[in-house]
Amino acid sequence: MTFKQAFLALALAGGVLSLQAQHRPAPKKTSTKANPAMAASLTRGAVVYKNVCITCHMADGGGVPNMNPPLSKTSYVLGDKAKLAHIVLAGLAEPIEIDGNDYKQHMPAQNYLTDQQIADVLTYVRNNFGNKASAVQVAEVKAVRATLPK
Amino acid sequence: MRSFFPRYLLAVPALAGSLALLASNPNAPTVAPDPDNAGLKLPAGFGALKVAETGGRARHIAVTPQGIIYVKLNKVKDGKGILELHPQANGKATAVSGFGDYGGTGMYEKNGYLYASSDHAVYRYKLDAKGEVTDPTKPELLVRGLKVGSQHESKSIVLDNADNLYVNIGAYANACQEQDRTRGSKGIPNCPILDSAGGIWQFKADKLNQRYPDGIRYATGLRNVVGLDWNPQDNQLFVMQHGRDQLSDNWPQFYTEKQSAQLPAECLYALKKGDNAGWPYLYYDQLQHKKMQGPEYGGDGKKEATGNYIDPAAAYPGHMAPDGLLFYTGTMFPARYRNGAFIAFHGSWNRAPEPQAGYYVVFQPFKDGKPSGQWEVFADNFSGSVEKTASGRADHRPCGLAQGPDGSLYVSDDQKGTIYRIVYNAKK
Repeated sequence: MTFKQAFLALALAGGVLSLQAQHRPAPKKTSTKANPAMAASLTRGAVVYKNVCITCHMADGGGVPNMNPPLSKTSYVLGDKAKLAHIVLAGLAEPIEIDGNDYKQHMPAQNYLTDQQIADVLTYVRNNFGNKASAVQVAEVKAVRATLPK
Repeated sequence: MRSFFPRYLLAVPALAGSLALLASNPNAPTVAPDPDNAGLKLPAGFGALKVAETGGRARHIAVTPQGIIYVKLNKVKDGKGILELHPQANGKATAVSGFGDYGGTGMYEKNGYLYASSDHAVYRYKLDAKGEVTDPTKPELLVRGLKVGSQHESKSIVLDNADNLYVNIGAYANACQEQDRTRGSKGIPNCPILDSAGGIWQFKADKLNQRYPDGIRYATGLRNVVGLDWNPQDNQLFVMQHGRDQLSDNWPQFYTEKQSAQLPAECLYALKKGDNAGWPYLYYDQLQHKKMQGPEYGGDGKKEATGNYIDPAAAYPGHMAPDGLLFYTGTMFPARYRNGAFIAFHGSWNRAPEPQAGYYVVFQPFKDGKPSGQWEVFADNFSGSVEKTASGRADHRPCGLAQGPDGSLYVSDDQKGTIYRIVYNAKK
């Protein structure tokens, strides 16, 4: 992300925030109602989550102690989207630590999923389990996949 | 601590005297259970108390003949990997100290030594006549350089009656696939993991600085064993294997989610030197009572396994994660429990989207050193509720088991670090 893009993203985020502030009594799901594409992505992402992710990360996204990390409010999920997409596409072999807890189980690569499925499931994860973050776009996943060995 | 050997008592007259006094004193206070039995559900006549809240990841535990409790922590807490708890008059215990700057699982006491394991080594500490570690800063390093990956790290330990040490070295894989836990990935022929893991290794309990070449691979084809114990009745090693995961995740063409939640069995094996239990090539289907070919090795959910592999001595529902095994030799519990096995099921994760299961201590009746009759849930509700069991968000998860000098059953919990003590107070 260039400085210009970052500035643009910040400005956009600020705009969204102030927009939300103006509509204080608005119902919770304003963003998805206002954004049918995101709502559709969330619906498809829920299906992918149930078919692929739920076994290890569990129905509540809380993971499994010592083994599989939680998906709620972690920098892995809410941070850099390219890094997040990379974890799904290439897997994660190294143990990670979140809030003083170690999670050691190897995450297998899920590169058999389509770019659309990965974008959907990551959008779903970033907007469930107490998370609220921007959608992941197909193009963002595609860009990461292009960097990986075939 | 398992039982008092007469020759041991004779060898330590002072200790024997105090123990005999304890045993023969009819006015000795009976241990009072907590009013809510520590939140556990138990058979009639049994009670439970929370002995201590350690706040650590309490893995295996050992109780000395003097009643001192040693707790192995999975992760070092305040610089300590082993906690020492001293018994109080009310049956509870107080943490007096800690030592050992390494996390791990193994904790076992025998013949005046405390044995402990990290995820790649085994140590021992000399105990004095009071059951206290003589030099906590200078353990003897018995075994080192054991393989450890990012799963099945626990090096559980037990001794036989001939100064042999048995160490679990878990396989650092689910089913020895070319790509671990990856959908459709085939099994590697002649699984290379088995050279140095996926089995039980035997070392000498009193020899220092042993490495792989000093030990022998006692039994192989065991994916991961956390609970293990020496059966004093038939003088044999028994182990509880954690069965493989992800049958339907990785082989959806052969298994439904429901089948994958139930299968494969968590197996109790009676091991003899040289036995092979068949991981990763097979798994045990407790519903069909058959050894089945693993899908990574040409299985399809229907094909039976071939080859010279042992059968389990008993089988339990899938994924419940047996982390503790203890043969009960005490006299506090009613006679039917004597020489039977308690198994601590840590609780499942690999049953989603089906409800999770386990989080309890099971009793398996034995007769003449062999499982005899149906297993039963002995201590339940470690999770806190039926809903918490189903979701897998358990308050407590039973892990280690130990028998106290009076025959109490101690259970550790590696979720919150609670140490439980289960007693029998009813008239026998």
